[in-house]
Amino acid sequence: MAFVTANWNPLGESFYRKIELYEMGWNLKDGLRDCLVAAAPYGGPIALLKAHNRRSPSARPQLEIFSSSGLPLASFPWKSGMVKQLGWTVSDDLLCVQEDGTVLVYDLLGGFKRHFSMGNEVSQSQVLETKIFHSPYGTGVAILTGALRFTLATNIDDIKLRRLPEVPGLQGAPSCWAVLTQDRQSKVLVASGPHLFILDNTACTPVTPPGLSPQASSIVHMCVSFSYKYLALLTDSGHVWMGTSNLKEKLSEVDTKIKGSPKQMAWCRRPKSQQPSAVVMWDGLLLVVGECKETIQYHLEDDSILVPELDGVRIISGTHHELLQEVPGACEEIFKIASMAPGALLLEAHKEYEKESQKADEYLREIKEQSLLSEAVRQCVEAAGHEHEPETQKTLLRAASFGKCFLSNFPPEQFVSMCKDLRVLNAVRDYTVGIPLSHTQFKQMTLQVLIDRLVYRKLYLLAIEVCRYLKTPEYQGVSRVLKHWACYKVQQKEESDEVIAKAVSVKLADAAGISYSEIATKAYESGRTELAIKLLEFEPRSGEQVPLLLKMKKSPLALSKAIESGDTDLVYTVVMYLKNELNRGDFFMMLRNQPVALSLYKQFCKHQEQETLKDLFNQDDDHEELGNFYVKASYKEQRLEARIAHLQSAVDEYYKAKNEFSAKTTEDEMRLLRFQRKLEEEKDEQLVGFSLQDTMTTLLSVGLHKHAEQLYKDFRMPDKRFWWLKLKALAEKEDWEELEKFSKSKKSPIGYLPFVEVCIKHHNKCEARKYVAKVSPEQKVKAHLAVGDVEGAAEAAIERRNESEISTVLSRCSATTDHLLVERLNRAKATVPKKGSSITFTDGTLQSRRLLQEQRSERKRGYKLKRSCRP
Amino acid sequence: MASHLFCGRVNLNILREAARKDLREFLDKCSGSKAIVWDEYLTGPFGLIAQYSLLKEHEVEKMFTLKGGRIPSAAVKNIVFFVRPRLELMDIIAENVASEDKLKPREFHILFVPRRSLLCEQRLKEKGVLNSFTNIDEYILDLIPYDGDLLSMESESSFRECYLENDQTSLYHAAKGLMTLQALYGTIPQIFGKGECARHVANMMLRMKREFAGSHTQILPVFDTLLLLDRNVDLLTPLATQLTYEGLIDEIYGITNGYVKLPPEKFAQKKQGEGGKDLPTEPKKLQLNSAEELYAEIRDKNFNAVGAALSKKAKIISAAFEERHNAKTVGEIKQFVSQLPHMQAARGSLANHTSIAELIKDITISEDFFDSLTVEQEFMTGVDTDKVSTYIEDCIAQKDPLIKILRLVCMQSVCNNGLKQKVLDYYKKEILQTYGYKHILTLKNLEKVGLLKPQSTMRNNYPTIRKTLKLWMEDANEQNPNDISYVYSGYAPLSVRLTQVLARPGWRSIEEVLKILPGPHFEERQQVPTGLHKKLLRCCRSRRGPL
Repeated sequence: MAFVTANWNPLGESFYRKIELYEMGWNLKDGLRDCLVAAAPYGGPIALLKAHNRRSPSARPQLEIFSSSGLPLASFPWKSGMVKQLGWTVSDDLLCVQEDGTVLVYDLLGGFKRHFSMGNEVSQSQVLETKIFHSPYGTGVAILTGALRFTLATNIDDIKLRRLPEVPGLQGAPSCWAVLTQDRQSKVLVASGPHLFILDNTACTPVTPPGLSPQASSIVHMCVSFSYKYLALLTDSGHVWMGTSNLKEKLSEVDTKIKGSPKQMAWCRRPKSQQPSAVVMWDGLLLVVGECKETIQYHLEDDSILVPELDGVRIISGTHHELLQEVPGACEEIFKIASMAPGALLLEAHKEYEKESQKADEYLREIKEQSLLSEAVRQCVEAAGHEHEPETQKTLLRAASFGKCFLSNFPPEQFVSMCKDLRVLNAVRDYTVGIPLSHTQFKQMTLQVLIDRLVYRKLYLLAIEVCRYLKTPEYQGVSRVLKHWACYKVQQKEESDEVIAKAVSVKLADAAGISYSEIATKAYESGRTELAIKLLEFEPRSGEQVPLLLKMKKSPLALSKAIESGDTDLVYTVVMYLKNELNRGDFFMMLRNQPVALSLYKQFCKHQEQETLKDLFNQDDDHEELGNFYVKASYKEQRLEARIAHLQSAVDEYYKAKNEFSAKTTEDEMRLLRFQRKLEEEKDEQLVGFSLQDTMTTLLSVGLHKHAEQLYKDFRMPDKRFWWLKLKALAEKEDWEELEKFSKSKKSPIGYLPFVEVCIKHHNKCEARKYVAKVSPEQKVKAHLAVGDVEGAAEAAIERRNESEISTVLSRCSATTDHLLVERLNRAKATVPKKGSSITFTDGTLQSRRLLQEQRSERKRGYKLKRSCRP
Repeated sequence: MASHLFCGRVNLNILREAARKDLREFLDKCSGSKAIVWDEYLTGPFGLIAQYSLLKEHEVEKMFTLKGGRIPSAAVKNIVFFVRPRLELMDIIAENVASEDKLKPREFHILFVPRRSLLCEQRLKEKGVLNSFTNIDEYILDLIPYDGDLLSMESESSFRECYLENDQTSLYHAAKGLMTLQALYGTIPQIFGKGECARHVANMMLRMKREFAGSHTQILPVFDTLLLLDRNVDLLTPLATQLTYEGLIDEIYGITNGYVKLPPEKFAQKKQGEGGKDLPTEPKKLQLNSAEELYAEIRDKNFNAVGAALSKKAKIISAAFEERHNAKTVGEIKQFVSQLPHMQAARGSLANHTSIAELIKDITISEDFFDSLTVEQEFMTGVDTDKVSTYIEDCIAQKDPLIKILRLVCMQSVCNNGLKQKVLDYYKKEILQTYGYKHILTLKNLEKVGLLKPQSTMRNNYPTIRKTLKLWMEDANEQNPNDISYVYSGYAPLSVRLTQVLARPGWRSIEEVLKILPGPHFEERQQVPTGLHKKLLRCCRSRRGPL
């Protein structure tokens, strides 16, 4: 395994290695010379615009897009304006910034998506330089105009242009500049000769990097690290200054001893790096600088570009694609020559084991004695993740697996997930796919994004396989990929609607959470309405179908889908839409076939459009509802004539509806209203709007007995109620004489107990007594008790030989004062026959009723709450 | 603060916390100081989710009630409307926004509860104010955790909407709410139901399940069964007078959103001594839930058993206070003192409930209460349900509250499977003459929803239901109940009986009764994610109240 370290170079404490990722599949005549090149981070695609400088109109430059392995993805002649800069967005879209500040957006396969402008000021003074950067908010564009002013957009998906303040004393283009992201804000760092400025929204602040070598008279190049945390400056004296990007701390300064202007500079750093280091590229030379004085030099044969990554720098040349990075800790531990780290020993042990040598045991013992076996396994697993060659990965994983056998309770997750991750990574690193992701990058970008990137490349099958293999929840994984596939599929013009619909439905049938409406929208946008409708049929979320159906003018279908969804708001939306679209007749007709929609619309009308409601009832010949409608309308009227007119219409409708009762009642109401008005005029008594009962009470209370009498007859009021009414009215007036007369007018239909009770209620015991004698035997006890005559009650109860009544009376006696009475009652109670024994009921109902009555008096006692509970 | 939600078998606080989290997130979206303009109807339900303190933490400085005209001035950056999606409210909001001071503009936001509505947004657009809003969002508040064993939609008009107006919006919300519940507590494997609305809700749930397929994380189901019942399957129960402690508080004073307002006289502070002048005039507002130990104990007792429970509690508390005489060592005294706050709270709660019990007792011992209860019980046992009831007649003659009359008449109708046309017309005429002809629409509405109906040629099948489901128990034990019939001192609520039968031996045993009750009955199974299938425990049963 010695060859693993063959490409390692030491720099200070650590090692750097350069790994070949691909031999490029493209065939470029002149390499990268005279080309605008942009390569996306995370192993993204490469865009190439040849000969952009040539200004002859006849020769259109060719814009080409390749995968990281150099396989062509797209190629088309550039017909627009002069391009200043190419760059990639976070979602793998290509940005082409033109001289006039227009930015054209293409997808990865060369399809034009949209364009936007960087503002008038930019287009007037033209673009001098451009940088495309990634911030937490998305992809941003920074432009230096011919007027030496900076314009910035932090997120191209939500463009808000910011013009930065002027840099004082700037005469020509600055020697170099970069975009920083600090404090959730994007700023520009500009070097103008020896001076450095930070530009933010409001101000231009001069800054000085701490401890910058005094020999330098100007800063010629600068670069910011992938994480925006660090900054590297190259001075004209050939010094590389490295520090934090807030310019508060210096990390190191190294003299490169080269004074020429470099082509490119980039940070070469990974999370948990041992030292800061940057890569500087000149023609034919690549230099790695770190903390120590020494540097690593690589010779470059060809024009190359540097692509900074999270954990290193990729170097792309006309023929090769390499990764330069600091050797990760775990790899160093294991592979460093003569390393005694546990991982190294474990690897050795496994090697011996394969050879069937007993030395394996010795090595193992050595690790186990220091109890470092689990550490050793962990190292091997981690190192496997950082290795690019599948063979090396396998060797390390086998060693880890071997070590695991001697451990109990070692959690398997890390090993298992590493195996899975590596399998996925090896698949996407494959030459044909060409995404050279490292494990660290993969973890940072997440599986979700990787799936997206595969989908952008239309590698649907691979994406699905990855999802299935990693058991991604369907909703986020397979279904999402399938949706993208389907959206692509429906745009294929050469196939017929039926074929596509069938293909889509077959493929997507079992997938959960597919949004068919999105696919249908795509179909509709590409002008295939019929296909869109077919696809919508598969959409389980009716709510999603409706807006599109409306857009496609399929309103009846939209309405029934809205109803199906149960979402009334959606139904309303369609109904309102239809109301505006259709003429009234058609609209009503359509509602008629959809009762749910109709009743919702009626609700709407009830609150918003009363008249329409009437029309709806009319259309349906719903006389009953029309009657109700007029009745309601009558209550809104102030004037009596109008009220009566409405009621008359109601009566007519009720008759048409064959609702005799309602019609008659409403007629009664009209009669009452007229009567009330007449009386109001004659007697000046407020009556209109009172109920019959209240009218009569009022009449009686003012002594209009005749009129009350008349109403009683006219409205065929039941005797009982009339008696109650009159009884109460007279008592209220305390007209005891009239009351007595009334009681004698004929036999009371409500008995005489109410007379007693009403009198008592008005605190007239004397009057009450007059009626006790008239009370029927069953209620006598109650009557006596009401007037406070316990003895009388006792007599009555004993006479009736009723146990519960005797008990009631007993409960009202106090044992001390009514001594004799209590005794008599108790005696009587003892002789009363027990329930059900001597009395036989012939009627079952009666019996249960009696039982009930007994229960009822028992329960009554039960409802007495104990007052003893106050604390 | 929400301790009452932990006490049940399911920790409903998860649901409450989820709701609170959403609220916080929304409030933080409107950065800076803010004033909330409330649709008054929502304040009650929101009180069950968050107190003012939570709002304050998120820079809510002022609260107003939604009304026309200009919003009162307040030095805040944001104005947030909390509203139901109703057109009439949109008109008010539009008026508010239009009359805002142009010189000192504030940012506007709308939070629709429980769902945003295209219709409303359209209306705002028509009024030309839609673009004035920085945020338009929805706050999904369907099932609100009400108590440890109860979720409620707190939507008082849903019966009216469903049965009278044919507007099934609340059913959609119910289905949505149940989906949220399942997202938090796992898929409910079995769904049973009875009634048209229940069927509709179940259908929507199954549809939504397909829509969300795959997006649900795997949660071990907490509920094993969902039972959906239409209100109109059991119209009888809400008509009967409730006889539990909590039930009577509700009957007499009304409980809204967990609060009751009581006449203040009984709660006057006695310690203030002679100053009898300043008796409080504001009604006393009390929160009622299981967080209060004593209330949790007596709320569901038959009122007849409450007195005994209160006096027992009184003895325990005074005994606890006596303990102080036994406390000798410093340690013991410290122990006693540490318990003091708890004991004082218990004493306060006892005093409150004793006062409430006394207030209620004044009513329950009255002749009126007793007589009407007797008539109710006669109806429920099937006595004389086919004739005009003298008692109702008398009540109408005395012009007792209309609601009482309507409850009794409807009850008679339900217990007789409709009233004879003659009887029905007689009642109607009596009611209209006494309470005014305008109630012709009230009566029509009652008939439309089926609470009141003329008897058809079919024979009265209520006795069959009563006997099969044992709706009437002669020997209801109020003190130590062994059957649910104790809650109405004899009547066992139909919906509870349906639930009991479902649990054992199953609905197959009562096919005949199910055929009589309105609407279809059904059973659905929902597939539990495969990994969870084996683990599925037989845990709690969810019992959702009728709609």
